Amino acid sequence: MSLTLLNAAVAVFIAICFVGLNAAYLVWCERKGAGFYQRRPGPMENGPWGLLQPPIDGVKLMTKQLLIPGGVDKAIFMVAPVLAMFPALISFVTIPFSKNIVAHPINVGVLMIFAFAALGGMSLLVAGWGSRNKYAMISSVRAVSQTVAYEIPMLITTITIVLVSGSLNLSEIAASQLGGFWKWNIWGFQEAVGYNILMPISFLIIFVCAVAETNRAPFDLGEAESELVAGFHTEYSSMGFGLFFMGEYANIVIGACLVTILFLGGWSSPVPLGFFPFTDHVGWFLLKIYMIIFVFIWIRWTFPRTTIYGLLNLSWKYLIPISLFNLLLTAALLKVF
Amino acid sequence: MGKKELSPNLETVPESLVQLAVADKLINLCRANSLWPLTFGIACCAIEMMGTGAARFDLSRFGAEVFRPSPRQADVMIVAGTISKKMAPGIKTLYDQMPEPKWVIALGNCAISGGPFVYEGQYGIIEGADQFLPVDVYVPGCPPRPEALIEGIIELEHKITGWRRWPKVKPEWREDNNT
Repeated sequence: MSLTLLNAAVAVFIAICFVGLNAAYLVWCERKGAGFYQRRPGPMENGPWGLLQPPIDGVKLMTKQLLIPGGVDKAIFMVAPVLAMFPALISFVTIPFSKNIVAHPINVGVLMIFAFAALGGMSLLVAGWGSRNKYAMISSVRAVSQTVAYEIPMLITTITIVLVSGSLNLSEIAASQLGGFWKWNIWGFQEAVGYNILMPISFLIIFVCAVAETNRAPFDLGEAESELVAGFHTEYSSMGFGLFFMGEYANIVIGACLVTILFLGGWSSPVPLGFFPFTDHVGWFLLKIYMIIFVFIWIRWTFPRTTIYGLLNLSWKYLIPISLFNLLLTAALLKVF
Repeated sequence: MGKKELSPNLETVPESLVQLAVADKLINLCRANSLWPLTFGIACCAIEMMGTGAARFDLSRFGAEVFRPSPRQADVMIVAGTISKKMAPGIKTLYDQMPEPKWVIALGNCAISGGPFVYEGQYGIIEGADQFLPVDVYVPGCPPRPEALIEGIIELEHKITGWRRWPKVKPEWREDNNT
């Protein structure tokens, strides 16, 4: 696809709509899901099944007083929420929703997503530092140490997949797994991954990392409200807080997309029968990412929060050694077979 | 204290510079339907407040279950319990930290007027949240049942929008009950 101005404008418009709608309605899903797991209906009265709740919350947040506390570092304080939302939006540029639906395929798409994910971690640090609040500061230090710790096993596992498919381009990684669910990278018994039976464990590692990277329960140490008020966004009111919220949900979508592309075959149909619902198309991709997001919500409302030591130990003592071992094993097996 | 008919006044919300009637109505409707309370409970009424948010009564039906831990993101302060003189400055600070528009619900007899703690020589309790906070809705009871808090929230919505979600239920008195 040639990159004309019109194409770019349409792509940006669609990306913003997709991210905005997802961020808004995933909040609704979260609240309904919370209700479901706690045996109550959740938002019901505002619109059918509470479907009007996200726009209502949005208008309320936008019309609330934007309070800048005295003594904060104003520039940093204002920039942080934008910095939280922006990388998530940018990352959608390179994510392939199907063979044709991709805004701009980049050769090093994986690298780009990780680079912007690191920028998201910086926004947390900046938010905590700028808001002149000791709870926010402690929380942002926690969140950053967590993000850094979980980026390493995620990167190593991603490198394993890059070794398998021989490309850093997300479209090619997904395209290499087409042709049935037995070709997906999650399964170990196939020639493409060198008969490495540890592939399901790799999938588990990257899934746990995706949950931890997005600061979600049971790893939401950054927002532990029983100890740190509200975490790094303690001092943010109105839409500043709203942007952090939307950034979090956009990051969840990015994480789910990444897991889907790397391990679940992207847009590939699980049983390619050749007629319409079973051909490879964008529907399968959306189905997969929303199933992963459903599991995210399920985990959040099922498990209690871990401790910060438990969280860091899990990464440094278990996930990083296992993923390193898996990387070496995959490299050796790919050489053998 | 007699029963006072609520007027749909908007005095708690500072008036905007440009007056747009329809937009203001819409904004008030949105504010009324997404009242996020501040997470704090002072005494036993807080247990009832938790019960209101839990499965049987489910405050989330009205979009009001998002208990925000930070006062910067909260809309309504539910003063749930006895206010001791030692606690009052903290509550006042929390109220001052909330951004506009903000509302206060006094939950339970202690927060309304001191409840059972009003007696001669009492030195430690503030007799009612309205001694130092602009209270919008009073929810009586010792402690009030969760339904009463839900009614309080609906009454606050009535105050914000001037429109009531459901008609009020008239209490029915049976004559033989009084004998």
